[in-house]
Amino acid sequence: MYGRKVKLRFFFITLILLSLILSVYLVLKSLEENVVYFKSPSDIQLLNEVKNKKVRVGGMVKINSIKISSKEVNFIITDFKNEINVSYSGLIPNLFSEGKGVVAEGYLKDKSFFEATKILAKHDENYMPPEVKAALEEK
Amino acid sequence: MFKFFKPNQIFLITSKAPKYVAALFVVVISIGLLEALIFSPEDYKQSHSVRIMYVHVPAAWISLGIFSSITFLSLSGYIFKNKNFFLIAKSLAPSGFVFNIVALVTGSIWGKPTWGTWWAWDARITSMLILALFYLMYLVAWRIYEDKEYVLKITTIITILGIINVPIIKYSVDWWNTLHQPASINVLSKSSIHSSMLFPLLIMTAAFALFSLLIFLMKYNTELIKIKNKGLDRL
Repeated sequence: MYGRKVKLRFFFITLILLSLILSVYLVLKSLEENVVYFKSPSDIQLLNEVKNKKVRVGGMVKINSIKISSKEVNFIITDFKNEINVSYSGLIPNLFSEGKGVVAEGYLKDKSFFEATKILAKHDENYMPPEVKAALEEK
Repeated sequence: MFKFFKPNQIFLITSKAPKYVAALFVVVISIGLLEALIFSPEDYKQSHSVRIMYVHVPAAWISLGIFSSITFLSLSGYIFKNKNFFLIAKSLAPSGFVFNIVALVTGSIWGKPTWGTWWAWDARITSMLILALFYLMYLVAWRIYEDKEYVLKITTIITILGIINVPIIKYSVDWWNTLHQPASINVLSKSSIHSSMLFPLLIMTAAFALFSLLIFLMKYNTELIKIKNKGLDRL
């Protein structure tokens, strides 16, 4: 139906795209460590060197774990397998609350203790009006 | 099929259509803004800042859609040696770039009260910034090499390199830990956005698509006038 030249050009483009996809895949695969924005508490357990390492830790704020004193805020980040204790003093975003996502940036003291310098609230993908949320909770 | 494409016939459409598209756009965006800003409910968690989403998400969708279309058109233009495809691609690019910037800026405005930061170098946000750079490269390449024969090849190469980034943007939130939340709207499974919020979102998407169509028609019309001025009656 199409001329030989058209088929050759189509083949050429396909080759370019395939090789590009493959090379980008390899690059991203090897950079995975740096592409992730934060590590989960379980990832932290797998680290070899932790003392004063600068990382971001993300997960859920454990229910009933937030303790606020005059100097600092303490809470626990959990991924429901492992946990890490976080201490922080500074501004807290409005959406930071128990049972919700959080990303803390700071330094690891050891595998279960983390000193945060910055806290970001992570929003989930659920959008609904308050009435619907209330109805869901009643169930 | 496109070999005997006549600018004059297309010109009749592109010179008349913009005013109808503009009228339709005004109607749809009025409904969309009323729905998004007044009638839609506030979110249970982020309250009124959810309304930024009605601009942010459609803008991001449209910019991704337009970049994919530009790539498809450029590649088709290259394979079938048809210059008209390139002109359509060129005319589509400006609105795609503008919506890309809108998505980045509104995302930043939303991020400050919600996450607590204007900017984060996570995979979704960074890949979206890279898309904006590819848009910019594409537009600048047309400007610089406008009169050269090889402008078609250069712009096609830019789209080929840029298109690899598009699936990365889409799946970045699933492949890696990102600060950005995963997609709320899924074609195959149940969406995690309430229908009272989905409705204004879809209307705003339609409005933005109409706006892109409007800008496209005007840009394309200009391209056709340029061809007419060169005294060519076919491409």
